[in-house]
Amino acid sequence: MIAESFVKSATKPSLESLNRLLALLAGVALLVVGLLFPLVTMLIKSLQDRAGDFIGLANFAHYFQTPALVNSIANSLRVALMTTGVVVGLAFLCAYGITRTCMPGKRLFRMLAILPILAPSLLPAISLVYLFGNQGFLRDLLAGQSVYGPIGIVMGMSFWIFPHALMLLTTALTNSDARLYEAAEALGTPKWRTFLTITLPGVRYGLISCLFVVFTLAITDFGVPKIIGGQFSVLATDVYRQVVGQQNFQMGAVVSVILLLPAVLSFIVDRWIQRRQVAQLSARAVPWQPSPSPLRDWIFTLLCYAVAGAIVLVIGTAVYASLVQFWPYNLSITFEHYTFQGMADGGWGAWFNSLKLAFSVALVGTLVIFFNAWLIEKSEGFRPLRQGLHFMAMLPMAVPGMVLGLAYIFFFNQAGNPFNWLYGTLTILVLNTLVHFYTVCHLTSVTALKQLDPEFEAVGASLKVPFWTTFCRVTLPVSLPAVLDISVYLFVNAMTTVSAVVFLYNSDTRLASVAVLHLDEAGYFASAAAMAVLIFLTSLVVKLLHTALTHVLLNNAQRWRHAC
Amino acid sequence: MMMPRRLFPSTLLAGAAVALASNAQATELTVYTAVESDDLQKYAERFNAAHPDIEINWVRDSTGVITARLLAEKDNPQADVIWGLAATSLLVLEEEGMLERYAPAGVENLDPKFVDVAYRDGEDPAWVGMDAWVAAICYNTIEGERQGVPMPTSWEDLTQPEFEGHVIMPNPNSSGTGYLDVASWLQLWEEDQGWDYMDRLHNNIARYTHSGSAPCSLAATGETVVGVSFAFRGARLKSQGAPIEVIFPEEGLGWDMEAAAIVAGTDKQEAAQTLMDWAISREANELYNEGYAVVAYPGVAQPIENYPSDITDRMIDADFQWAAVNRERVLAEWQRRYDGKTEQ
Repeated sequence: MIAESFVKSATKPSLESLNRLLALLAGVALLVVGLLFPLVTMLIKSLQDRAGDFIGLANFAHYFQTPALVNSIANSLRVALMTTGVVVGLAFLCAYGITRTCMPGKRLFRMLAILPILAPSLLPAISLVYLFGNQGFLRDLLAGQSVYGPIGIVMGMSFWIFPHALMLLTTALTNSDARLYEAAEALGTPKWRTFLTITLPGVRYGLISCLFVVFTLAITDFGVPKIIGGQFSVLATDVYRQVVGQQNFQMGAVVSVILLLPAVLSFIVDRWIQRRQVAQLSARAVPWQPSPSPLRDWIFTLLCYAVAGAIVLVIGTAVYASLVQFWPYNLSITFEHYTFQGMADGGWGAWFNSLKLAFSVALVGTLVIFFNAWLIEKSEGFRPLRQGLHFMAMLPMAVPGMVLGLAYIFFFNQAGNPFNWLYGTLTILVLNTLVHFYTVCHLTSVTALKQLDPEFEAVGASLKVPFWTTFCRVTLPVSLPAVLDISVYLFVNAMTTVSAVVFLYNSDTRLASVAVLHLDEAGYFASAAAMAVLIFLTSLVVKLLHTALTHVLLNNAQRWRHAC
Repeated sequence: MMMPRRLFPSTLLAGAAVALASNAQATELTVYTAVESDDLQKYAERFNAAHPDIEINWVRDSTGVITARLLAEKDNPQADVIWGLAATSLLVLEEEGMLERYAPAGVENLDPKFVDVAYRDGEDPAWVGMDAWVAAICYNTIEGERQGVPMPTSWEDLTQPEFEGHVIMPNPNSSGTGYLDVASWLQLWEEDQGWDYMDRLHNNIARYTHSGSAPCSLAATGETVVGVSFAFRGARLKSQGAPIEVIFPEEGLGWDMEAAAIVAGTDKQEAAQTLMDWAISREANELYNEGYAVVAYPGVAQPIENYPSDITDRMIDADFQWAAVNRERVLAEWQRRYDGKTEQ
């Protein structure tokens, strides 16, 4: 297929299409080595017995005969669907408030709403125990229900997934064509009808992507169910039980295969929707500007700030937890947990490693992912390559971090693997983290790129400008807000990620997020909370810088967009 | 190597000679461990006091993660030495042929039950034990009084009606400590009685956790009254100020040991052997005794805070081989009995 498309484009041989092909191949190679090969190495294990002999589907047969394992499928679906409903519902309303109303304090709300993404997943887990556990301040709110189970899982996951959904939906709702709304108004179309026939279809692609992203994030999340899920088992914790509890890699691989199904489904739906998507921000579009409407604006203000209040409460609880001497029996305040006495090297070394990792991933990842997305969206020809790249870009979302981490060991540490030198270095952590968080960045890039009229490229081509010039001079600057979002997203995820890197860090590359887990396991809850807060504050500083930068950009270089 | 210039020439020479010599010998060992991270620095410092020419690079994680990592790296091991991992994990690694047999100098001084059984048959041991890691119950005195749950003294007590919903234990399918509990009950009583006990205990369990120290940590913060866990964590939490009692049930205590071994295929044989020799020395055992009441070197152990003095007599006659061989069967049976029910 590659050869075929190469031949086709070779009928018009040019340096340009050769470069395009090389760039595409490089993108494909990155994901083949960083994702596909490790995954295949891992999945082959699902067809082997413990000795490594091929046994066909026997492991799967055994899986479906074990009720304790099969039950987890229903459990996982249940909590993932509940989380999706809660998160997408709230995120859509909030994103609508930000982009389509004149509610006051938008910037503050956006800042508060993004906070959960800055915290490691242990942070909400610790806070939920302080809030709703048997000693919690608010335990009466649960009316006798235990927080350790589906309730806690849905709350914890909703907390950390919310910003992901908000980011996707805000991007989708940001660009709109005022001409359509003017036309609707001129025709006297009722508001609800305008919403159903203009607004919703306009964000359809973003909304459906968002549904699938949230669903797959929820179904593959491991951190929250592990800490707060009690004995309510889900697929992701089953992987942990098989791999870490029983060292049964084969059964772990079987559960991983079952967890991969949502991704495949998501991909099919995504392709199907995409075929119907038309560019919304055409070169002639006029940005739409909301006009004040007091009732609507106040309703959205209340709603958004209720959500923000819950977020601040969870984070505030974690900060409090890091300062209390010994909760709940000695409530005096102290800073001594920030000395991390439970850690061999004092903990700050791990924090510095995390910083190095996060900066590397943000820099390398942003460039690679956005450029690849652009190649996929805005290239002519090489269709199979572009589709293959897009498929691989969608895949990481569905791969639980732990599966990816183990897959890396199996693949990169094989005797005779030419990439073996990577093993145990910071580079492999960078590659792993980049791949692990590829999908959301890819979707953000694609959503932003889709809203750019293909005419930009057509004009560039007709002016005989090489594609990389169009990319650097037009596409990249125009998409700069999305690009900055991606880099910050990668930075904070690299700061907070645990499940994939727990198998890959080395003595000199121990990370702060892993330290949170270790401190928590050793019963140093307050120090664990302190390390989580430290990670949170680090990400917060970076996020604040990002906001300031975006603000300057929007004011200076992006005036053509609207600001309310 | 940078040398300060202002030193006298002779000092400089001598210094250079030392630097060269240590350069020639300085070896870095990658050591995998599940020893509590608060203790790692101390372990390395004591070892380096005797052997400054060997630098230890720790890779530390929980028992399950480290074991999974070692197994996953089987074809191309990264570790040179394992120092401080459960013997039941080392049995798994040995079965995979991942350990190098070596008899550390002085291994004959150790209590035989702390040395790989193959040593008794005249082979070099694949691993040597360090200290015992004992099952225990953590009981929160404040919550116990408040919620009317008496302090238990035996395993049997935990099945009494007043404990219903107040007991947390680790899930043996996720946690080595959990399996240690289950395997020791099955060995302590006959198998049928063991399962019968767990049936009754199951009715009182609030939930099963993924981590072995979690039940005790949860008891320490009052999230539960009783946590079935292990003594080390309980003792640590108590000295941090947790209102808990560490209880050693009277029927007998299940245990596992922390052990050390050389990973087969290491190219740092000499340094690895030096570390192994030190790891079983009297001095090292004194170090282990700072955290653990029972250590491999007879006559070393001093009674320590929060542990009973007769703890050795109360440890059951644990058969690690039995636990390893029957693991899959026991876990499947446990899962069938207690894990199959969905939580509503």
